[in-house]
Amino acid sequence: MSEVLLSVDQVTMQFGGVTALDNVSLHINKGEILGLIGPNGAGKTTCFNVITGVYAPTSGTVTFDDKSLLGLKRFQITKRGIARTFQNIRLFPDMSAVENVMVGVDAHSKTSVVGAILGIPRSRREETESRERAHELLKFIGIDEYAEVAARNLPYGHQRRLEIARALGTNPKLLCLDEPAAGFNPAEKQELNELILKIRDQGYTVLLIEHDMNVVMKISDRIAVLDFGRKIAEGLPHEIRDNPDVIAAYLGVPDDAA
Amino acid sequence: MSLTESFRQRTTPQLQLGNRFRALPRSAKWSLSALLIAALYLTPYWPDVPVLGWIINTPGTSFENVLTDQIMMFILVALGLNVVVGFAGLLDLGYVGFYAVGAYTTAVVTSGQFTLPWIAALPLSVIMAMIAGVILGTPTLRLRGDYLAIVTLGFGEIIRITANNSNWLGGPRGISKIARPPSIGPLQFGVLNAKPYWYLGFTVILIVIFVLTRLENSRVGRAWAAVREDEDAAELMGVDTFKFKLWAFAIGAAIGGLAGSLYASKVGFINPDNFQLQLSILFLAAVVLGGTGSMYGVIMGGFLVAWIPERFRGFSTRRYFVFGVVLVLVMVFRPQGIIPRRGAAAGIAKKGESDV
Repeated sequence: MSEVLLSVDQVTMQFGGVTALDNVSLHINKGEILGLIGPNGAGKTTCFNVITGVYAPTSGTVTFDDKSLLGLKRFQITKRGIARTFQNIRLFPDMSAVENVMVGVDAHSKTSVVGAILGIPRSRREETESRERAHELLKFIGIDEYAEVAARNLPYGHQRRLEIARALGTNPKLLCLDEPAAGFNPAEKQELNELILKIRDQGYTVLLIEHDMNVVMKISDRIAVLDFGRKIAEGLPHEIRDNPDVIAAYLGVPDDAA
Repeated sequence: MSLTESFRQRTTPQLQLGNRFRALPRSAKWSLSALLIAALYLTPYWPDVPVLGWIINTPGTSFENVLTDQIMMFILVALGLNVVVGFAGLLDLGYVGFYAVGAYTTAVVTSGQFTLPWIAALPLSVIMAMIAGVILGTPTLRLRGDYLAIVTLGFGEIIRITANNSNWLGGPRGISKIARPPSIGPLQFGVLNAKPYWYLGFTVILIVIFVLTRLENSRVGRAWAAVREDEDAAELMGVDTFKFKLWAFAIGAAIGGLAGSLYASKVGFINPDNFQLQLSILFLAAVVLGGTGSMYGVIMGGFLVAWIPERFRGFSTRRYFVFGVVLVLVMVFRPQGIIPRRGAAAGIAKKGESDV
């Protein structure tokens, strides 16, 4: 049995009278790609937001690396080792690509305000290392030639990739990708698949929200399915493909069968 | 033509000038900078230079005094406010409050019952302003945008009204006999000659520029920019947003207090009328006019906002008309400010063309 990195236990998330997540439990093993799928409004992004500390769940626990994440601030969760991208791109538009990634790398920087003013050796060293690491990551995702271009002037696909690089900058144990292939054509999706597999092969664990079944089925090691805030299935891709509940959730149920 | 090349072609002339400067050999950079700094130290003598003198001189009032009482203060204040508004993107409409805290601290501790020397009063004023920044920031920096602006607006007024109603702060009459900087050799800090105050003030400005450049080009500056661009995303990328916002507030306040202290010890007398709300608005105008987030821009902005009304004093009350027209024209033709911050204008390349 592989080692569990993150486990979400019986998490319920209510907004007023709306239950976005209903007693959801799932876990992610070290080194795997877990695909999180479900129809629109199923609670996938809410699940992400609970994991990354954007929302505090109404009940339930989130445990990462054997420690509870509840009550931690968002930036503390990031420092513990969870990084994410956003469904709608949320880069720092006026900053250059390399600076965007450096913000992520800085998550573990120890340079203080005073240290930066005095230009002490540690602060200088961290600055150089941060820039080098950011360039490495830009090379890794394949857009280093755009390092000095403001993020908002990057082509759409590059912006999506830059978000991944920025998240990797925080040196996460778990990388959460929220619909990274949204708006991509088939060729771009193929490239993205390869990138995500490459990221896993580097030793990162990946939680992937994706609409496109082809993407999810191809690259996920396991898949969890949400529908109306409940987890309706979890398993290997071929199990999910043939699961009648999943088919019903996606395609609907004929009247006579229901 | 590659995409990056087409982005570069959209760069503005100023930025190309900056790039050309950066491309110069080290020795040329140093000598050009040294020349510029020397010329700026000699600003009080500029009215004696042909042509330039005619442009820069302020008819009907002493240019020296305009330089030290107005321009110098506005440049310092614009640099400080730019940390809050330009770097961290926090709209502060009560910045005059910190300026007042600095001025009043210097006034109180050097006149009347306390007689601290000026050299002790200056850092004390900076620290007091910084504390005021932390006290104001701690509860309010959870607010964003418009809400923060209104709270800071209130803060500026509270400081002024408190001064107006407190006897130990001189009430409406204010405080006089504020200590001047100690005279050293030929640098006599008196009433007749304003030049030494400029030498002192310009030195302070240079130090502030140095410190802020260090901060801007460090993780601190990046954290501020990230907060400005997208606060939620910044926090999820590991930026302790509250801490860095508070630092921006504290550093901005400290510079405001520094300016206030210098102002008080130059004019020797302050009262609450020196710290009207209108001043906060003018400070903000200096930052926006010059180029929010661009240090050399806001220096230019601070200079213009202080200088234009004095230059056109001959127009009597209509001088503010000239001022208004300049503001409108700049905002129409250069909405990012006179010298925009890098990144704000277009996708700017820092490296040479060869690296693509």
